[in-house]
Amino acid sequence: MDLSYTPQEEEFRARLRAWLAAVLPSLAARPHPDDWPGRRAYDTAWQRMLYDAGYAGLHWPVDAGGRGATPAQHLIFLEETERAGAPYVGANFVGLLHAGPTIAAEGTAEQRARWLPPVLRGDEIWCQGFSEPDAGSDLAALRTRAVRDGDHYVVSGSKIWTSHAEVADWCELLVRTDPAAPRHRGISWLAMEMDTPGVTVRPLRTLAGSTEFAEMFLDEVRVPVANRVGAENDGWRVTMVTLSFERGTAFVGEVVACRRTLDALAAEARADGRWDDPVLRRRLGRLNAEFRALWRLTQWNVGEAGRGGVVGTGGSVFKLRYSQARQELYEAAAEVLGADSADLDREWVLDRLSSLSYTIAAGTSQIQRNIVAERLLGLPKGR
Amino acid sequence: MDFQLSDDQRALRAGVRELLAGRFGRDRMRADLDAGAGLDRTLWRELARAGFFALRLPEAEGGVGLGLPEAVLLFEEAGAALLPGPLVATQLAAGAVKGAAEGEAVVTAWEPGRPVAHLDGADALLVPGSEGAAVLRDAGRARESAVPVRSLDPFTPLWRVTNPPEVGEQVSDGGRLRTEGALLTAAEQLGSAARTTDMAVQHAGAREQFGSPIGSFQAVKHLCAEMLVRAELARSAVYAAAVTADPVEIAGAKLLADEAAVRNARDCLQVHGGMGFTWESDVHLHLKRAWLRAGWWMTAEAAEEVLATDLC
Ligand SMILES: Cc1cc2nc3c(=O)[nH]c(=O)nc-3n(C[C@H](O)[C@H](O)[C@H](O)COP(=O)(O)OP(=O)(O)OC[C@H]3O[C@@H](n4cnc5c(N)ncnc54)[C@H](O)[C@@H]3O)c2cc1C
Repeated sequence: MDLSYTPQEEEFRARLRAWLAAVLPSLAARPHPDDWPGRRAYDTAWQRMLYDAGYAGLHWPVDAGGRGATPAQHLIFLEETERAGAPYVGANFVGLLHAGPTIAAEGTAEQRARWLPPVLRGDEIWCQGFSEPDAGSDLAALRTRAVRDGDHYVVSGSKIWTSHAEVADWCELLVRTDPAAPRHRGISWLAMEMDTPGVTVRPLRTLAGSTEFAEMFLDEVRVPVANRVGAENDGWRVTMVTLSFERGTAFVGEVVACRRTLDALAAEARADGRWDDPVLRRRLGRLNAEFRALWRLTQWNVGEAGRGGVVGTGGSVFKLRYSQARQELYEAAAEVLGADSADLDREWVLDRLSSLSYTIAAGTSQIQRNIVAERLLGLPKGR
Repeated sequence: MDFQLSDDQRALRAGVRELLAGRFGRDRMRADLDAGAGLDRTLWRELARAGFFALRLPEAEGGVGLGLPEAVLLFEEAGAALLPGPLVATQLAAGAVKGAAEGEAVVTAWEPGRPVAHLDGADALLVPGSEGAAVLRDAGRARESAVPVRSLDPFTPLWRVTNPPEVGEQVSDGGRLRTEGALLTAAEQLGSAARTTDMAVQHAGAREQFGSPIGSFQAVKHLCAEMLVRAELARSAVYAAAVTADPVEIAGAKLLADEAAVRNARDCLQVHGGMGFTWESDVHLHLKRAWLRAGWWMTAEAAEEVLATDLC
């Protein structure tokens, strides 16, 4: 059990801290949630700054354009950027945290060379076209079809809840390439360019009033066969790789951000006298224990997974507790805000709304519990 | 940074597990329960010979020279096995109370306002102050004013000490003793939480209803999954707190481990159905001990206050 960092790692932390202190003060605030083009520009500009400073794709393998950093360095990066209040990955989420790592792990040399550098530089952003109206938790029920026509697939169907679809350049798309095969065996993983003819994006309004996700209609969209990652009909396996990245470390940085929020809540409660209420004080104290422990759980998971930061099913344990704790955090925030908890211009009010998605997106809590019970505890599969 | 057990730590844990399985396995545990046996001094000495109490004493003082992370692994095993006795207080007193390290003296803790455990079998009392020095008192003198309590936990006899005897020998650094006591107790809770998870999973895989193992039903599966989540979060917190010895982190570890032990025992009872409500099943023993430990060294209320004070 070693929680200490090597001198090189501490040096890395010090350099990163100095860099953040130098660049962050001049950074503007992130545009309003409804301004997606503005947000895209903001998020990709930040990614470009990271790239130029040598901090892009830290945990990606070197031959994928990454820095091959140790898991510890990756954790230091997440810790320090969040602690300094640096911008979050935002629109770069899918490309950096799961489509990119999937291509790095499963793509050919040409595919890596084509798609990965622009993700790291912030030139191109990705979205995730997995869910469909009739295939959410039951992802393998997806029906969007891809029919081979020479060196293209002709894709028709629809996708839903596609985050950032409005502003994405590429989509990691799951399609059915063999309708006759058993459900899990006829799926392929494609990279689809979003401005291909036949792609229509219709924004959906979230309960927070924003348009962060969309419906996507695909009408005879021609996708080159060369854009398939992994073998034809082997897309389910590739998808499991993607989901392990998504559930593994994609939310880790946020844990540190939650601890910052908790500090801010305590400061606000102190300022207006609510801190004298032992029930509120103890509630915030309990959340402190939660987020500290979730950070330690991450360190444990990453240590166990070894290099590369793929956490596997241990990520489901993390996601279950984290999504719950995040919702409790913003319930506590509402209590601190009191009457202000009805004011949508208070950041915590919007965050309270968006926290409601955490037990749904990236696999619902019910599905995560099934995964933990069946794959970690070995309980029998059921209906 | 590699937050995993070292080979030595794994070996140590395996060794204690083996020792406890051999000397305090389930049959023996149930036999002791039926006999209403008190503290077993022979077993106590064997634990001492295995280094249980002298673990953290420097080698120069006849100890094993290991640290809190190793101690936590031992106490986790003790918690899983339902090993009774004032293990925590005795380890804390090793070096300060003559014979504690060797298993010759049994030391229990006296926390003002709470009944004292195992007073009948103890030689000395450790009284951890919140800040100041801990005080050692002669257990025999304390017994003079003690009234037995009909204890919730059949393995933990309790005594109400109304009129504690005067101050005895002072031990330095009572604050540190208090946090370390909380951490080692949290480790016992962790062991219990992990054990009740195993018990529930095992039962859910074996017991059939409606023609299927009950573990194939989602309602049961989800109870078990949440048990694992609680135990694993507590494990991360307890192990990290053992490495850093940070008082805030220790408070968090105690809070989460108490919750994991109590709630997992309750869920384990539920998964066992009517069987879980019987004396015959071990579940109630875990639950009762978990309830007691939750009140020892650091309550949820105290832990939450420490954690709140740490904010901003
Ligand atoms: C903010 C947000 C962003 C998203 N972004 C994307 C994205 O970018 N790309 C993408 O592809 N998808 C995205 N999703 C979709 C997300 O992955 C799905 O919403 C999720 O997997 C659940 O599917 P569903 O919405 O169809 O719900 P359903 O599957 O219909 O589930 C409804 C309820 O039934 C429960 N349920 C379903 N099956 C079972 C079962 N077997 N056992 C027990 N309970 C069950 C669920 O837990 C849930 O409570 C996003 C979702 C949200 C909320």
